[in-house]
Amino acid sequence: MSASSLNTDALDTNVLDTDALDMNTSNTQALIADSRLARRFAALKAADRAALVTYVMAGDPDPETSRDLLERLPAAGADIIELGMPFSDPMADGVAIQRAGQRALANGQTLFRTLERVRDFRRRDDDTPIVLMGYLNPIQRFGEDRFLQAAAEAGADGLILVDLPPEHGAALTARARDLGLARIPLVAPTTPPERLPKLLAQGDGFVYRIAFNGVTGTRRTDIAASLGESLSELKRRSPLPVAVGFGVRDGDTAAAVARVADAVVVGSALVERLAETGVEGALALTRELAESIHGARKSEA
Amino acid sequence: MSTKMVDLPDEHGFFGGSDDRGQAGRGYGGRYVAETLMPLIDEIEAAYDEARADPAFQARLDELRRDYIGRATPLYFAERLTEHFGGAKLYLKREDLNHTGAHKINNALGQALLASRMGRRRLIAETGAGMHGVAVATVAARLGMTCVIYMGATDIERQQPNVQRMRLLGAEIVPVHAGTATLKDAMNEALRDWVANVDDTFYIIGTVAGPAPYPRMVRDFQSVIGRETREQLLAMQHRLPDSLVACVGGGSNAMGLFHAFLDDADVAMIGVEAAGEGLESGRHAASINGGTPGILHGNRTYLLQDDDGQIRDAHSISAGLDYPGVGPEHAYLHDSGRASYVAVTDDEALEAVALCCRLEGILPALESAHALYHAGRLAATQDPDQVIVVCLSGRGDKDMDTITRHLMPEEADS
Repeated sequence: MSASSLNTDALDTNVLDTDALDMNTSNTQALIADSRLARRFAALKAADRAALVTYVMAGDPDPETSRDLLERLPAAGADIIELGMPFSDPMADGVAIQRAGQRALANGQTLFRTLERVRDFRRRDDDTPIVLMGYLNPIQRFGEDRFLQAAAEAGADGLILVDLPPEHGAALTARARDLGLARIPLVAPTTPPERLPKLLAQGDGFVYRIAFNGVTGTRRTDIAASLGESLSELKRRSPLPVAVGFGVRDGDTAAAVARVADAVVVGSALVERLAETGVEGALALTRELAESIHGARKSEA
Repeated sequence: MSTKMVDLPDEHGFFGGSDDRGQAGRGYGGRYVAETLMPLIDEIEAAYDEARADPAFQARLDELRRDYIGRATPLYFAERLTEHFGGAKLYLKREDLNHTGAHKINNALGQALLASRMGRRRLIAETGAGMHGVAVATVAARLGMTCVIYMGATDIERQQPNVQRMRLLGAEIVPVHAGTATLKDAMNEALRDWVANVDDTFYIIGTVAGPAPYPRMVRDFQSVIGRETREQLLAMQHRLPDSLVACVGGGSNAMGLFHAFLDDADVAMIGVEAAGEGLESGRHAASINGGTPGILHGNRTYLLQDDDGQIRDAHSISAGLDYPGVGPEHAYLHDSGRASYVAVTDDEALEAVALCCRLEGILPALESAHALYHAGRLAATQDPDQVIVVCLSGRGDKDMDTITRHLMPEEADS
């Protein structure tokens, strides 16, 4: 598909490859309860281990490298892939992810191409869940409905929208649900308990607990300890698995988080490793993290 | 219209309506921020509404406005400019005579008093031209608070005198190299600081943008400009103005001037955006005249953006207008037709600086010169019995380097 067709025409179903539409076309009410995310978490629970969620920026540093990395992440140990949708003004992201977005945009990444990447990945891998993470403006520009439809058809499983609070998100969440896309809620250390019902009511897939007050990529080693009672509070209120992210940079921290949470998210460290040492380096870090997470609960016992 | 315009926004923070579930619909504003900030923003809204209704808070604000800022500022009849254009009478609302040299301190003082009331001792702010940064550094010094100012590296270079002033006032200046290293990037960086320091920090946004309640709160603190103007003109001329003209970057001096007149249907309101090198050149900062609605920095409003929803670089000779968005209330006033928005180029603004210096002995800020240029253009088409009020939002001392380079290149070279 040529790049020039991207922005002008509506992205309707016939633009997308129909082969890739397996689970979503036949039943637009696709139950999130029977989704790739739910299946993956169930399998991990049976194996008594936490999920490794790897964040990479779509198109970083260029389309080919990004594609190569994405395709090889599952074999290196990524259980779930968070795929960043680059935005020029990522206000919740630290320097590593800011730069990743700038590299991707400079090399021509667009929201359409990000969706194309998902569809391409899905042709080869029908099991690893992909969660799209980003900011609202590019999505609104693309068209909310058109985006949700295209994301579901491409084979994405969920959405994390940093700047769409539940106060403004009800309509988008409802439409996403109809399409089988999980709207993954972000819960912050600042979130008071009385706000949780509002966040969880619009939540599907898993809960993303932000480990500390700050932007992505800040180095922290005391994450697991600082979570304290908040994870059991979330567990009491919601049946959803809980992922913890922001600041996990090494195997030891990942293992500590894996003992208390259902999933560990690693982003900035991976994005930095990619920038410094390329795909092989990023995959090596992924393997190292996966190993630490796999061993985490065993070594405890 | 059932609600008066002065009563907006609605409870979801939208100007121009939202649906019953808090979605924007065609409205502007809202609070599109990361979850970490949401509880804090709720807290600020509650604290602001309480302060607003508290006579003691208002009394303290009034006292400092009078004795520290030097309000009321004069409404000055610009006789020679009026003669020059040969039409409507031009009045200048002299916000340049405020302490620190611009309207920015009206808002900085109000928010700093609120921060103090909330027990926050660390103030952060973004700044473009440096006037808002200077104002925040000033009130931080006065109230004994810590102050960190985020400023784009490009702006630090072109506004050196203000950078030195802020340091002298005790503020820490953090240069921002991300993106285009201008105002929007400084705002991103200030938001990132805030997310990391929610417990002790208050973010003083400098314009009528950002998540609710900021657009309303900044407008309220700036609306003293229009209230004074109204009283002063009634006292002098026993009438309301025909037109109000003010420059619009984010648009705080314009909202401050307009707000007291929103429900006076006969008063025309004109916001003047920065056309930079010309709207057709693509190098401008005119979000309403050359942008489309989108979401940035916590609110839905008109933005400069490309087809993929990425924010485009703004350009203006004036650092204070060099922003790719505009306050959501302006977006609403534009769509509703209550206010109109025009654009003035870099060269035209420079021409107005020169004219105002020579005819009135007043050096206006480059930002304010955009409004002056359009006011002159408008006055020339009107009758001598008509009245135009221009918000002279700031003084131009900070711009001397830029002005010299363009208007007196032989001086700049020497």
